[in-house]
Amino acid sequence: MANLDAAFAALADPTRRAILARLALGEATVMELVEPFEMTQPAISRHLKVLEGAGLIVKRVEGTKRPCRLAPTAVAEIDQWLGMLRRALETNYDRLDGVLAPMKPEK
Amino acid sequence: MSKLTLTTEGDRHVVVIRRFVAPPEAVYRAHTEPELLQKWLLGPDGWTMPVCISEARPGGKIRFEWSDGKGRGFYQTGEYLALEPFSRIVHIGRMHLPDPTPDNHVETTFAPDGTGTLMTLRMTLPDAGARAAMLATGMEHGMEDSYARLDRMS
Repeated sequence: MANLDAAFAALADPTRRAILARLALGEATVMELVEPFEMTQPAISRHLKVLEGAGLIVKRVEGTKRPCRLAPTAVAEIDQWLGMLRRALETNYDRLDGVLAPMKPEK
Repeated sequence: MSKLTLTTEGDRHVVVIRRFVAPPEAVYRAHTEPELLQKWLLGPDGWTMPVCISEARPGGKIRFEWSDGKGRGFYQTGEYLALEPFSRIVHIGRMHLPDPTPDNHVETTFAPDGTGTLMTLRMTLPDAGARAAMLATGMEHGMEDSYARLDRMS
């Protein structure tokens, strides 16, 4: 979970979310990402570096190319976090059950 | 099986659904009356809500202050936008940790469900980044809660 802060910070940028959406369709190289985003290659590279640092994407070496793809574990960590939010809410609502019990109308 | 479902919808929404074994009037009152809110809207065990302002009318203020009794705390401010006793509440909420989070627009509905109530809570954040940030800020409380439970189990 150490990377979660970095993951959410990385996700706060719309371009980086768009890059992830593109990578969800399949692997892509920097040059393949430059065109649809109408950005310079260094700008895309910077975004990819943030995403990689946050553990959201992984790069692989293929000759001179460095194709990027989504890191499956990053998505799993976010899902794991949602599970924790779920449990925190459950604690409150279980307590609410206790508050509601004596409020039931007399039968 | 869990009584609560929490799902994300699109890139700006979080939807929580929960059933209660009390009629909608009781569940609605427990969501709007300060003396009832202070009994359950607390987060992790050990935390209390010493300040609870809930002016249940359109334009009415919301202010919840939480404390762990050891000097740590945070608070939420907001406004009620619409209220339909005992079926629907629309309000804006923002957490202060201490910097305010982006406005969270929340619609809560209470529908009769047999002898109980089906609650649907739908949060709408300004954008995907804000939702991610909101989920991220809540994390420490959720984690603390889980760890506390773990402590009790060991």
